[in-house]
Amino acid sequence: FVFQGEGCRTVPLSGHVGFDSLPDQLVNKSVNHGFCFNILCVGETGLGKSTLMDTLFNTKFEGDPASHSQPGVQLKSNTYDLQESNVNLKLTIVSTVGFGDQINKEDSYKPIVEFIDAQFEAYLQEELKIKRVLHNYHDTRIHACLYFIAPTGHSLKSLDLVTMKKLDSKVNIIPIIAKSDAISKSELTKFKIKITSELVSNGVQIYQFPTDDESVAEINGTMNAHLPFAVIGSTEELKIGNKMMKARQYPWGTVQVENEAHCDFVKLREMLIRVNMEDLREQTHTRHYELYRRCKLEEMGFKDTDPDSKPFSLQETYEAKRNEFLGELQKKEEAMRQMFVQRVKEKEAELKEAEKELHEKFDRLKKLHQDEKKKLEDKKKSLDDEVNAFKQRKTAAELLQSQAQQAGGSQTLKRDKERKK
Amino acid sequence: PHTGPVESKNEAAMSELVPEPRQKPVVPMKPMGINANLLGYIGIDTIIEQMRKKTMKTGFDFNIMVVGQSGLGKSTLVNTLFKSQVSRKSSGWNREEKIPKTVEIKAIGHVIEEGGVKMKLTVIDTPGFGDQINNENCWEPIEKYINEQYEKFLKEEVNIARKKRIPDTRVHCCLYFISPTGHSLRPLDLEFMKHLSKVVNIIPVIAKADTMTLEEKSEFKQRVRKELEINGIEFYPQKEFDEDLEDKTENDKIRQESMPFAVVGSDKEYQVNGKRVLGRKTPWGIIEVENLTHCEFALLRDFVIRTHLQDLKEVTHNIHYETYRAKRLNDNGGLPPMTVETEENHESNL
Repeated sequence: FVFQGEGCRTVPLSGHVGFDSLPDQLVNKSVNHGFCFNILCVGETGLGKSTLMDTLFNTKFEGDPASHSQPGVQLKSNTYDLQESNVNLKLTIVSTVGFGDQINKEDSYKPIVEFIDAQFEAYLQEELKIKRVLHNYHDTRIHACLYFIAPTGHSLKSLDLVTMKKLDSKVNIIPIIAKSDAISKSELTKFKIKITSELVSNGVQIYQFPTDDESVAEINGTMNAHLPFAVIGSTEELKIGNKMMKARQYPWGTVQVENEAHCDFVKLREMLIRVNMEDLREQTHTRHYELYRRCKLEEMGFKDTDPDSKPFSLQETYEAKRNEFLGELQKKEEAMRQMFVQRVKEKEAELKEAEKELHEKFDRLKKLHQDEKKKLEDKKKSLDDEVNAFKQRKTAAELLQSQAQQAGGSQTLKRDKERKK
Repeated sequence: PHTGPVESKNEAAMSELVPEPRQKPVVPMKPMGINANLLGYIGIDTIIEQMRKKTMKTGFDFNIMVVGQSGLGKSTLVNTLFKSQVSRKSSGWNREEKIPKTVEIKAIGHVIEEGGVKMKLTVIDTPGFGDQINNENCWEPIEKYINEQYEKFLKEEVNIARKKRIPDTRVHCCLYFISPTGHSLRPLDLEFMKHLSKVVNIIPVIAKADTMTLEEKSEFKQRVRKELEINGIEFYPQKEFDEDLEDKTENDKIRQESMPFAVVGSDKEYQVNGKRVLGRKTPWGIIEVENLTHCEFALLRDFVIRTHLQDLKEVTHNIHYETYRAKRLNDNGGLPPMTVETEENHESNL
């Protein structure tokens, strides 16, 4: 077929066609489908992660505060269905439990990385299935990671640097300074500068609010300069002036959460939810997920081009691997078969040996038997001879005896007669 | 309710010295509905605006194919639909060109813009379809083309290093032009639609409807609908893909009353009642293309462009493409994760 217009030219329209409703059509479909947004909160116990989430979403998510005696870092995840006007949002909040509490924190980052990878893996598995339902898939990949920095006022902890470095290629990191009502304004400025320079010098890539769209470039650009956001969370409402506001009351004054002069909470909410939620989702899918997928597939031995720069398709590579594997299997099978044949031969030889021995034994026994028999026969014969000889003697003796008796009888008669005489 | 932490608290005392086995990543539980508790405006509904902005920036692709015997007004109709010279007829192709000996596939792309929305529109023409004396299997080149586009997309999708946006050349919509004979569908029509309705969204259209009176039109449409049903041809919008009751009611009305749309196309304008309208001039009057009492062009336009364009793309992507992909992968024994299972099976058999 012929494809004209690789460098497609623009044609003018002579009237209203109506495809300008296309974005609306697309958005309506998404609205019907619902949206997913997954936030991961990483931070030490007691930094106010749960409270901040409650404050951001204007509601009390359930849960009890965690203790400091967790043996290892775990992740606690909860999903909520939020509704605002016609938007249905499936919000998943994952929090670390026990992060930073252990004496030895070398492995602390591992459960977090594993969790993030597990979500990518689940998506990859679904994508690679033959029968798949991607458009109905509940996306659990983490779209934003809020990293809670303790308000020490000095610098980042080494645990923070190590963890963020491990996470920056896997998730969009937004660093925030927690419980920032503990720091004064001047200290805060110094703290932010220190944190930013430490992140840069350690090569940690945090999420940059996008500045390519003119409508949001300005606000995003300004916000990028305010990172990390210094936040305060509170679900308590206090009457200030004649309005109810979220605030924290101290003897020396009241800190208003939504007052931009007091903290950056409003900025965080604006950036995270009202301006860049969609971009966070897109970056997760097109950058972090693609990187994971590429690494995973390369790890499994697949590649796109071979040394001769002929493009391999995944299928061909798979076919080649499969044949290779089958070949190996066949070799193994051959080897096993050879061994089996060998064993059989050996056994056969053994058996033949045994058979031969048996035959010899049998022959020997037979001969023995025959010898015995002969001996017995000889003995029998001699015995018979003896018996015959005895019989003869017997008859002879009997004859003699009967003769003698006769003679004797007559003799006795004679003797008697003589006696009588 | 917590999962891991509570249980392990009890074990913590015992297992302080013994390193605990690494726990499997926690899976999000069933979602809790929170609605009445919202105490104030959060701003999550802004995601609609965010999404709209992003899509306007990236722009849209739309690929429409026209199939039908030559002379049924396919090119004119496409030009009328998009109010511009986007078809083959207008892009330097000679009208008096000979009818090709076999079915050819000609795809032409243009960029059109309206209200800030940029669209790359590709019109795929199929000259030669149904024009031979022996038309056996003339749908095959068309089916082949459609499958080739799926294959192209699949190849891109399966790459290790993928493009950010995979170019979409898949056919989203196929307008099938029915000749206005007034009797019934031709065997060729049935054969084509039977084969192709399984791989692409087909929208049957009665061409040159100005040759029929209102009664003839309505009777013809009924007969066509009946024949399509008898032959088991599922045209777009397909019944099985209605997502909810709202969709079903809306689509039922379209399927059972409006379709197939009886259309007239024209790129000429005339003055009617002081207005300039697109139409066809005849000795007995001017047929206004966009007048619903004259023909159903406006219905077709609204249906394809103003309400269901995104849906056409989604059905193509989520259903037709997935069907093709599944079949393709099954023929080849499946991709990586599937092979791990088969490898294990092999080992255990030994």
